Amino acid sequence: MPLYHNEDQAMLADTARGFIAEEGNIAKQLRHWRDRNCKDGFGHGLWKQMAEMGFTGMLVEEADGGLGMGHVEAGIVLEEIGRNLTPSPFLTSSVLAATALKHGSDDLKGRYLPGLIAGDSVFAVAIDETAKHRPSRIATRAEKSGNGFKLSGSKSFVIYGGSADMIVVAARTSGADDDADGITLFAVPKDVAGLSHDHVRLVDSSMATHTRLDGVELDGDAVIGEIDGGRAVLDAMLLAGRVGAAAEGVGVARGAMDMTVDYLKQRKQFGKLIGEFQALQHRASHLYSEVEIARAVTIKAQQLLDGGSAHADLMASVAKAKVAKTARLAVQEGVQMHGGIGMTDEYDIGLYMKRDRALAEFLGDAHFHAGRVAELSGY
Amino acid sequence: MADLEQFRTETRAWLEANCPPEMREPVRGEDDIYWGGRRATFKNDAQKAWLEACIAKGYTVPMWPKAYGGAGLSAPEAKVLREEMGRINARPPLSSFGIWMLGPALLHFGTEGQKLRFLNEIARGEIRWCQGYSEPGSGSDLVSLQTFGEDKGDHWVVNGQKIWTSYADHADWIFCLVRTDKADKYQGITFMLFDMASEGVTTKPILLISGSSPFCETFFDNVSVPKSYGDDCPAQVGTINRGWDVAKYLLGHEREMISGADGGERAAAIGAMMKRHAAKLGDELGPLLRAELANFDVDALAYAAMGEKFLDEIKVGKAHPAQPNMMKYAGTELNKRRQELMMAVGGSRSLEWESDATEGGKPAKNWLRTKANSIEGGTSEVMLNVIAKRILDLPGA
Repeated sequence: MPLYHNEDQAMLADTARGFIAEEGNIAKQLRHWRDRNCKDGFGHGLWKQMAEMGFTGMLVEEADGGLGMGHVEAGIVLEEIGRNLTPSPFLTSSVLAATALKHGSDDLKGRYLPGLIAGDSVFAVAIDETAKHRPSRIATRAEKSGNGFKLSGSKSFVIYGGSADMIVVAARTSGADDDADGITLFAVPKDVAGLSHDHVRLVDSSMATHTRLDGVELDGDAVIGEIDGGRAVLDAMLLAGRVGAAAEGVGVARGAMDMTVDYLKQRKQFGKLIGEFQALQHRASHLYSEVEIARAVTIKAQQLLDGGSAHADLMASVAKAKVAKTARLAVQEGVQMHGGIGMTDEYDIGLYMKRDRALAEFLGDAHFHAGRVAELSGY
Repeated sequence: MADLEQFRTETRAWLEANCPPEMREPVRGEDDIYWGGRRATFKNDAQKAWLEACIAKGYTVPMWPKAYGGAGLSAPEAKVLREEMGRINARPPLSSFGIWMLGPALLHFGTEGQKLRFLNEIARGEIRWCQGYSEPGSGSDLVSLQTFGEDKGDHWVVNGQKIWTSYADHADWIFCLVRTDKADKYQGITFMLFDMASEGVTTKPILLISGSSPFCETFFDNVSVPKSYGDDCPAQVGTINRGWDVAKYLLGHEREMISGADGGERAAAIGAMMKRHAAKLGDELGPLLRAELANFDVDALAYAAMGEKFLDEIKVGKAHPAQPNMMKYAGTELNKRRQELMMAVGGSRSLEWESDATEGGKPAKNWLRTKANSIEGGTSEVMLNVIAKRILDLPGA
């Protein structure tokens, strides 16, 4: 398969680009909700519109009412979300939770997928328990209780956890905290007794929660996949999420780069456009080169994932690490080349810097994934 | 698709029957590469047999038309051939600047007479070409070149000096940028072809810091170059005084080649190999070296994906015309980093300049060789200039 978008995908990219630039732009979404101190941190209206476009259920199988598309297509939408810094539950709901639900029972699918597809529901995922992403260690416990389970523990960095109608929670049903086996995934509905949140606004104005599970009682039918066999589902969900986050990061990097290159063509100092200075030209050219490479490996990871390749896991970590480093470069060069106004809230470039920071941390930063590349490669 | 699978089956059988086992071993030294030319000798019978089989089939230049010595393969067929050759580690039967550089220029700009003569010679490995571009005073600023061809009616008289002429001392013919109009900087250069055996041509190898001499200084002292080599076969490619167009076109090919865009994923990541290498030396990778290797592997695997994307896009004309400059910049800088890390892992062993354990200082020589990658064929700084101007459209670039 050639490493570029086919005709259908190119058409989707055109549609997504136009739609998100129009409806999901920074003024209409990010600044709008931030300046109103919105408790959700995103707009439900846009979520509904995205459902009408078919985006929210694009990864859901056609048999389950979705579009049955792949991660190349999801990545197209995510790149535009990244470029416009659109606050959206797309990654957590339509990519992460939707991937977990693929492994769920028909009953679970019937309970949650129609709401996702219609844009009426929002989902979150609760994986991390400390300040760094470390999914190899799951301490949250789920003990057998009657016909179901009782969950106890705490989760952090649950993006949109406070707005979610359902949270996918990774808990331990057996074994020690660091064991690979003994994990079970649960679909935890909101408003269940014992579930509580500390709401926190993050640096990029997105909303997250520290979530406590104090003896949350769930029926056995809340289990996604196999009891004690949840690691496979968790891994599949993380893989999809990381490839998706990489695509969003490519959008952040491209958005920051485009804005910066435009600025180099407008700002005058010493009697000329600052883009005429070779010192800045070379830095911009280097950035372009890195962004192209980051985008290429992200599409590669998407294709491998869609093709069910055994290499997808490695390439997902390569992509996540490469994009994290590249987007970091893009936003830092962006602010620096904008000079003083780059530090002001009025200009958007600083918003890119904040978003990059939060997005790179989500599902493992560049260090985590470079380390993972080494481990998967056998050193 | 069915046709392609049929082609794959046939190709696999043909390779099985025609590629000798010795030609399925990795290339270990310069003499494992067959460059062709009047003075070429075969290292062994297998090398000769493999070349002859490929010439007969058109597989030294698979995508060139059959009339010019190729096999007329389509891009998908050529990819299948590459994949099947890669599967059995078949060596390229013939390597040459004729195949990589002059050939593409002739296919694009050449007359029918030039194509029939020169392309067939190249495909059969009969003539080894070298490239005369850089001059002592014209490196990055190539267009300032001074080698002059004086018009004498039916011939030119060429005087001047070239530098960094790859393998000029082994070459039979040269494709050479010669100034034919001193008044016009860009439209005063002619892309000329002539015999290195002509009277007045001398070459002098340049010893590099790597200890090898792949490049020469080449001197032209009243060299007489006929304007025509026969029917429909002029000595210049393209139009007289418009050789810069040909050179620019070719630089794209050269940059693509040096970028290692088609190096493949296998050669990209080095961490695991370096761990084994360290173990062989009785060492293990320290945490910071491991971290640097991991960061390198991320960049290298990502670049391999970029290479794949770039080649896919080139095939269908989707790539930005200046994209080879980006590939060359990123690829060569990456290659330098790769060699720096390999030297670090090898420690004092990799410093050995003459030892059996290093096969005569291979690690150090390879390391030093890569330093030229970001200079030859346009420096990294020139690549960044071109990206700024042609892709980012920055002012005054």
